[in-house]
Amino acid sequence: MIQFSEKSLSKVQEIIARYPEGKQKSALLPVLHLAQEEFGGWLDVPVMDYVAGLLDITPIEVYEVATFYSMYNMKPVGKFLFEVCQTGPCMLRGSDDIINYIKSKLGINVGETTPDGLFTLKTVECLGACGYAPMMQLGKLFREHLTPEKVDAIIEECRSFSAINN
Amino acid sequence: MKLLLDKANVEGIRFYEAYRKNGGYSSVEKAFKMAPADIVEEVKKSGLRGRGGAGFPTGLKWSFLAKPEGIPRYLVCNADESEPGTFKDRYLMEFLPHLLIEGLIISSFALGSNRTYIYIRGEYAWIPDILEQAIYEANQNGWLGKNILGSGFDCQIYVQRGAGAYICGEETALIESLEGKRGNPRIKPPFPAIKGLWDCPTVVNNVETLAAIVPIINMGGIEYAKIGIGKSTGTKLISACGNINKPGVYEIDMTISVEEFIYSDEYCGGIPNGKRLKACIPGGSSVPILPANLLLKTAKGETRYMNYESLSDGGFATGSMMGSGGFIVLDEDQCVVRNTLTLARFYHHESCGQCSPCREGTGWMKRVLYNIEYGKGKLSDIDLLWDIQRKIEGNTICPLGDAAAWPVAAAIRHFRDEFEWHVLNPEESQVRNFGLAHYADAREVVA
Repeated sequence: MIQFSEKSLSKVQEIIARYPEGKQKSALLPVLHLAQEEFGGWLDVPVMDYVAGLLDITPIEVYEVATFYSMYNMKPVGKFLFEVCQTGPCMLRGSDDIINYIKSKLGINVGETTPDGLFTLKTVECLGACGYAPMMQLGKLFREHLTPEKVDAIIEECRSFSAINN
Repeated sequence: MKLLLDKANVEGIRFYEAYRKNGGYSSVEKAFKMAPADIVEEVKKSGLRGRGGAGFPTGLKWSFLAKPEGIPRYLVCNADESEPGTFKDRYLMEFLPHLLIEGLIISSFALGSNRTYIYIRGEYAWIPDILEQAIYEANQNGWLGKNILGSGFDCQIYVQRGAGAYICGEETALIESLEGKRGNPRIKPPFPAIKGLWDCPTVVNNVETLAAIVPIINMGGIEYAKIGIGKSTGTKLISACGNINKPGVYEIDMTISVEEFIYSDEYCGGIPNGKRLKACIPGGSSVPILPANLLLKTAKGETRYMNYESLSDGGFATGSMMGSGGFIVLDEDQCVVRNTLTLARFYHHESCGQCSPCREGTGWMKRVLYNIEYGKGKLSDIDLLWDIQRKIEGNTICPLGDAAAWPVAAAIRHFRDEFEWHVLNPEESQVRNFGLAHYADAREVVA
């Protein structure tokens, strides 16, 4: 049974209150962010159906939105999602090398997850950190000015975080 | 000259106390003694042009807003900054959130918007917390909420996160997204000023545009217009990136030359490792790339300046655009074909898929460029690319088609020999770059 926590449910109500009466569909993007955070980092069909029910809209209205925006994951991802920018300004500062380094370090290709389920590598298009390139998004934050040493440290940080929180 | 970032380094300026102590919110006190129509007039007088990329006069845009009785009007702040090379709005929101909130309060009052939304790109996931903190503080201190400063005007500001879609920076796609839909741009007319958010009259303005309302009200539109030159009034934030010593966000008045901007220690600080300048995309990835000789001087041999008119001098044949102020520098070791490929891939990824010239054309350009870059191209591919981009431009509902076509067109226009070299030297082009063969005199031009 899919059900938001009490805290998330009250957050949903708070979001809906931002819009005029009857315009609760506007809450869809923020609520999908909440759902992805709470239900394992991706949006499974039952999760989307649940969101449709919450906002009193049809499931197809949720599917068409969830599949349109690149931040919603349509399949499971690792515990730590490395989203490395590869657009022009990052390319000029060596993002290709960083992507190759992460690939060899983790032994996976772009779009794959490590066998232990910890890391997924994804390439993304411009995230608005061009002056601090190369960079990646990790969770809520940006990791910028990446070097192989920095990537090593980030991977270590993730591993120890995971070890402590297991 | 700094009007927006002048206090960016004051300690604690992100929070209300320091911001207020340094003169923050004084423009609200001034504006609420004015009639809303007079605020619009002040903005018209300032000559402020939209800072998101199109450069449309803000006061004029405001004056188009329909005001039918009994129907709410909305102001939406476009913080969906996604044009590659552009990261100035992020800087403003991260370090000076109250400046944006202050600008939004005056603008909401001028336009009669009781519910104002900031639509921020989803990837800037930590910034909504910063903005919501500032909104909370503004509420606590009576700058937002009911009956602001006893004026009878109510206003609330809400932050909405997108979820990764460049297209939502286009104002009608942004409105669709804010309504909880896919970011498909709408056919105009009707323009948002008549039928926008939830079919109500709506103004959508960029973050930097709305922040600039604060100095305009503080100093008056006429004084603001005295800064800069011609129709490039006030100051502009430039986000500089690529192969420069000091990437970052700079506030300029639009009278400095491009050469000064690149080489002065006050701004980009020159190109690392003593390398020479090859090319530059001066206004975000969609504007035409210029080779060094045409960047620093116009085709007529005049100095090129960092403003709307000078950057576009010569049209697309020999000029470019101010765009969003995303300034991308390429040094002599960079490959224009590869750079163009990454941009074509970007636009293909970001096409919403609504119009076939863009949906099909962007993917086609990407694949042809991929072949050329990886040594599998034919000479006829270059003409094919030219043909595809020409058939996208102007044939789509929104400007994403143009934005995808222009970088490809400009790269071929100015660097055709580099594309040909790639095709004719498929193996060599995999191990080295074309360099500066385009213009033997580049050293003189740059020195």
